[in-house]
Amino acid sequence: MTAVLTVPASLDEAQFESVIEQLATVPADAKLLVDARHCRFATPYGLTALLCLAQSRAERPDFAPPEDDQTLSYWARAQFFTYAEELYTLRGAVPKRAASGDSDVLLEVTPVNGNEDVQGIVRRIQEKAQQILNATLDLEPRSTMGFSMTLSEAASNIIEHAGRGGWVMVQRYNWAKRRVGRDVVQIAVCDAGMGFRASLEGSRARALADRWDDQTALEAAVIQGVSRFADPGRGQGIKGMRGWVHRIDGKLTVRSGTARIAPIIPDWDEDVPLQGGLAPFPGAQINVIIPRRMPRP
Amino acid sequence: MSHIDVSVALDAADPEAHHHLVTRRTGAVVRTVIERQIAALAEGSVAVLDFSQIGVLDRSCADEFVAKLVLPLTRERPSRESYVVLVGVSEGHLDAIEAVLETHGLALVVRFDDGVTHLVGTVSPLERQLWECVMARAGTAVEEAADAVGLALEEAQATLEMLVRRRLLRRLDDAFAPLGAPA
Repeated sequence: MTAVLTVPASLDEAQFESVIEQLATVPADAKLLVDARHCRFATPYGLTALLCLAQSRAERPDFAPPEDDQTLSYWARAQFFTYAEELYTLRGAVPKRAASGDSDVLLEVTPVNGNEDVQGIVRRIQEKAQQILNATLDLEPRSTMGFSMTLSEAASNIIEHAGRGGWVMVQRYNWAKRRVGRDVVQIAVCDAGMGFRASLEGSRARALADRWDDQTALEAAVIQGVSRFADPGRGQGIKGMRGWVHRIDGKLTVRSGTARIAPIIPDWDEDVPLQGGLAPFPGAQINVIIPRRMPRP
Repeated sequence: MSHIDVSVALDAADPEAHHHLVTRRTGAVVRTVIERQIAALAEGSVAVLDFSQIGVLDRSCADEFVAKLVLPLTRERPSRESYVVLVGVSEGHLDAIEAVLETHGLALVVRFDDGVTHLVGTVSPLERQLWECVMARAGTAVEEAADAVGLALEEAQATLEMLVRRRLLRRLDDAFAPLGAPA
């Protein structure tokens, strides 16, 4: 029997939790249909997490693409179907591989499997999206490099710790009508690998912990900069990301296993700093939101 | 002083990097190339690492490249006497370099585009004071440095020796000199 997971109409980080909750009720070896027919909006987090969902299944799931033409076209331009075709059995026609040409998609869904992928991502952002980024976010030169650094560190996290490939996507949005009231850029870096708890299993933090679960592992990695390596130079990537995101009034969240941490919650948003006991989802999912710099008073 | 263009070394080590120093693996391969170049220099040489053609530098790469390049040079008994000065460093590079140096308790001499030379990383106020004293005089004897900063001779001597061991100054006979000062 095929279990059906319904993708909500709006698939962002918060709404993807409903997909994970549905997934938690399905046996690991069950045949799955991911039904996105009524989905009309998806963020980079939503799209990359959908690919991770398929990666995590023993049996290749089916996928029903969005029925709305505009949504379908956007997902194609974001190159979602290029990789979804490899992981899902698509039920229904999708547009042929389309060139992005969409200036709001700063980086289409891009696989991260090795060192050269991270280099390629940084090169593409530096060459093609730099001008748009500067115009969108009005970043100072020092912060512009912070953007690429954040992207490379988040993607490096996959090749260093996940144990399998993952996905990156970067998108610009106009959030003038939302609480933040300005343009933002979202970076999503998702994988379905071992996750932080398993990665830190052999670490000193694990050995010293009274309690060890996804929540404590996330805290150790994201707040304390703990790495599975004894080398004191390790674990600096996330620390650097955290510092930069804080400096530019951005937001960073990391989900892994059954926990989620929001170490940087800006004034323009509300969130829970640390959550445990969520429905399980493999790997690590990083979401970064960077708002346009506020004009100086 | 021997000039080493980091972007040329990076091209040789990993042409796919396209002048961006990102990821630990990239940092490790470029470090290996530069370690060989430094090893080929005469004992006591100052290697000037030029970052001016480098685009992005992330912390993981900076740790693997810069910090791990400097660590063995500053051991109590290093296998050879070598010095490193950084030039062409942008503000963006500096964030990553400073962070990794501080993590390891290291420091480096960085010459900025305006020609001003600074110590970057972990340095005590006294070390900085004495280093600046030596820089201002383009080299000085311990007695003069101790007088200038109002320290006991022994304390000035010990701090200056530590700066030499940390590869932030050079010893020239009885005097202490900035890196790059004529021998």
